[in-house]
Amino acid sequence: MTAVPAEQASARVERAWAVLAEVPDPEVPALSVCDLGIVRDVRECGDALEVVLTPTYSGCPATEVIEQSVLDALAAAGLGPARATLQRAPAWTTDWISAEGRRKLREYGIAPPGAAAVGEGVPIHIVGRRAAAPVVPCPRCGSERTERLSAFGSTACKSLYRCVACREPFEHFKPL
Amino acid sequence: MLEEDIALANMALDLVGQARAVLSHAGAMERAGHDEDQLAFLREERDYRNATLVELPRGDFAFTVLRNAMAATFFRLLWARLQASSDAELAAIAAKAVKEARYHQQHAADWVVRLGDGTAESRRRMLAALDTAWPYAAEFFADDGVDEAAAASGLGPRWSELRGDWESQMAEVLAEADLPVPAASKFLSSGKRGVHSEHMGYILAEMQHLQRAYPGGVW
Repeated sequence: MTAVPAEQASARVERAWAVLAEVPDPEVPALSVCDLGIVRDVRECGDALEVVLTPTYSGCPATEVIEQSVLDALAAAGLGPARATLQRAPAWTTDWISAEGRRKLREYGIAPPGAAAVGEGVPIHIVGRRAAAPVVPCPRCGSERTERLSAFGSTACKSLYRCVACREPFEHFKPL
Repeated sequence: MLEEDIALANMALDLVGQARAVLSHAGAMERAGHDEDQLAFLREERDYRNATLVELPRGDFAFTVLRNAMAATFFRLLWARLQASSDAELAAIAAKAVKEARYHQQHAADWVVRLGDGTAESRRRMLAALDTAWPYAAEFFADDGVDEAAAASGLGPRWSELRGDWESQMAEVLAEADLPVPAASKFLSSGKRGVHSEHMGYILAEMQHLQRAYPGGVW
């Protein structure tokens, strides 16, 4: 989440941030859009509030729903008129999920992402039988004896794992 | 196979999202009032400039994962270079897409290895897929006027500049899969110049019939 410098933040902008902190992500409702790090800025442009959002994935079907729920929440709080602006650069990364967001993910049963190692210098890692995969601890029992079932899960941002210790399947938020 | 069904749908969703972003931007640059839907659904066949590889019929799963590995390896290299495009919007789209392409490449390469180095039947199918798909890669790297103009304006690289990295990354995957790198052939497809295979018409018929039957229809 982008901290707005205190001297610039009007009371309206501060209230808007508080409202947005309660707007859930439609696909991972345990997290608010602020926890997820997709609200990049809130500012006043004339009479209107402008909320700058960044998409998580290019094809994320939730993007339009998120825009609408952000605008609805601000209107319900009497902070309108407001508009949402989509900003692509810099590209969203799971590193922007807040510490609070990671805690909520774990409680919700989703293993939070590790640091995003998506630099172009990283060579392609062929996940064959011989290659070692990164350890993803089980969000329920904490065991590191887990195995990946599938690289893609119920949404593009997650993969499917199973804990060998407690036998529970779980989802992992992929680093991006 | 449910997991793989979901994985393919997820990757397709990324590709649709990337296509929407690029088509919207192309429409804005063209300044002829075309939005992403008009560019996707109402162009004539000759106006589609895609590599022929992506319009070939679906085939079996071996063909699917090999084609995905070839395409994703190419896209990842291309998006990486487009991050430095002189066009800020294209650079921003690329910075997002390159991260997605990395997952696509890794996933497809994993399957090429599993099937190539798997059972006699899966290996037989991977070899057949290589026979079919591999010759279409040459088109990626055959530069034309578009490449020259893109390089001159700083919009993007000449695609031929990506050839070395593409070949070495694919060779690494094929070696891991215990599959041979096919010999180069003289065949050169031409979809990216708008001259398509016989398969393109069927794809467009399915994709466009609704917009042509009900122009401007929305849902």
